[in-house]
Amino acid sequence: MGIFDIFLLEAVVNGLLLGGVLALLALGLNLIFGVIDVVWICYAELVMIGMYAIYYFASAYGWPLWLAVPAAIAVVAVLGVLLHVLVISPLLGAEPINQLLATGGVLFFLQSFATVAFGIEFRNLGLRLPVIEVGDIFISYARLLAFGCALAGMLAVWLFLSRTYTGTAIRAISQDRQIMALMGVDTRRIYLITSAVGGGLAGLAACLLVLQYDVHPFVGLSFGPIIFMICVMGGLGNMLGGFIAAFIFAELISVGGLFLDLEWGYVFAFVFFIAMMFVRPEGLLARRS
Amino acid sequence: MLQLNAVDAGYGGFRALFGVSLEVRLGEAVGVIGPNGAGKTTLMRVISGLIRPRAGTITWEGTDLASVPAHRIVELGIAHVPENRRLFPRMTVEENLRMGAFIPSARARFAERLDFVYDLFPRMKERRSQLAGTMSGGEQQMCAIGRALMSSPKILLMDEPSAGLAPVIVQQVFELVKRIRESGLTVLIVEQNVQQVLRVVDRAYLLDAGSIRMSGTAAELAANESVREAYLGI
Repeated sequence: MGIFDIFLLEAVVNGLLLGGVLALLALGLNLIFGVIDVVWICYAELVMIGMYAIYYFASAYGWPLWLAVPAAIAVVAVLGVLLHVLVISPLLGAEPINQLLATGGVLFFLQSFATVAFGIEFRNLGLRLPVIEVGDIFISYARLLAFGCALAGMLAVWLFLSRTYTGTAIRAISQDRQIMALMGVDTRRIYLITSAVGGGLAGLAACLLVLQYDVHPFVGLSFGPIIFMICVMGGLGNMLGGFIAAFIFAELISVGGLFLDLEWGYVFAFVFFIAMMFVRPEGLLARRS
Repeated sequence: MLQLNAVDAGYGGFRALFGVSLEVRLGEAVGVIGPNGAGKTTLMRVISGLIRPRAGTITWEGTDLASVPAHRIVELGIAHVPENRRLFPRMTVEENLRMGAFIPSARARFAERLDFVYDLFPRMKERRSQLAGTMSGGEQQMCAIGRALMSSPKILLMDEPSAGLAPVIVQQVFELVKRIRESGLTVLIVEQNVQQVLRVVDRAYLLDAGSIRMSGTAAELAANESVREAYLGI
């Protein structure tokens, strides 16, 4: 194999692995939007807090990972519930723009809070995970692990949504909100559960991202915009669309970054997004209504 | 069993019901007839808690329904088949039925209730994995009734089950209503299709402009001159 082909193959594999984590985040955001009809603009900042949580639990306090990971996920799940109770719930009947402004305010709040509380140093777990050689290409074990865990997380959510009564209600609520009470469903309770699941997914993603990236108060900015583009392109609230769009974007960033610099990968992704907004403004898998 | 006493209800600044009193006794089938916009749907919604009465009382087996949160009312044995069916269109028939069995007491008896509904509507068993939104109007109505029956209700509230259906399907729907009440269920049904509904109910009320104008046995209303003129086209 030529050296260029190997790089290309490596980029494609890395794109696939990146896509897993992006798809996990897109699922969380789509779940919240589909059920509660609110966009958590501060979603990537919840991930940032989760990354600090795992950093403090595992590195600073020295907890074992089997304890630190669930604890970090729980912290962000609780944060999701608090976000709903304190910010979203009072604004449920308000104009969408007010909801966006409010969660946007939470974004800046969390960034500032992290700066004050944790400082602006870049921190990492200090784990050294091996690089695996498959054939001629090198794959980072951290990325492989993150990909596997992201897929497992999405599978767990899918099983929850399709096999349980609460999961079925979560899917039903986005199809007909008004009649849920006739089924005996307390929509407020479903909103709380959904917020916890959405937060928990951000927490899981945080644990996976911290394997590969340093955490700092503005780390959310490096993947937050990508997640929103993925969700919009997949069709907001459309979980399958978000899943597919996550892998398209990840490949664009990874393969696009191969030809030029990494930053160019993001440029390609944004240009592609803008072009798609003209071609299919309602999203990849939009339902004809 | 179910008693409404001088109930006022409405939406925002609009009042849809003015001092409505009616009663449904155990095992009865009761109809509420009246023209479009008479307040029939509001009447159903105020009983199942989707909107709250502004005045008057609604009593169900001795419980004041106004003090019960909407999502707890189905647990008391009141199931509501809403106007226009309101199925979850992108879920399968069986998932819709599962939503009907959401309350804890119904979850425990899910398999048994599913058999009951499939016995009543063999067509639903054939279509169990079809998306509800892709079925015909008549089939959707069956599914909506089945979904309400999944909670093992004591009373079934039916809001215009014949609306938007072809005449031959309307016949079938009223056959179903007959069979449901033969199974011992109490039924309160609101309908514009006066001729058909008076054949399946014991008693009926005439609701017009938010007030009860007349009440009596089905035969009495069917024989009444003004009902015949206004609603039966005779």
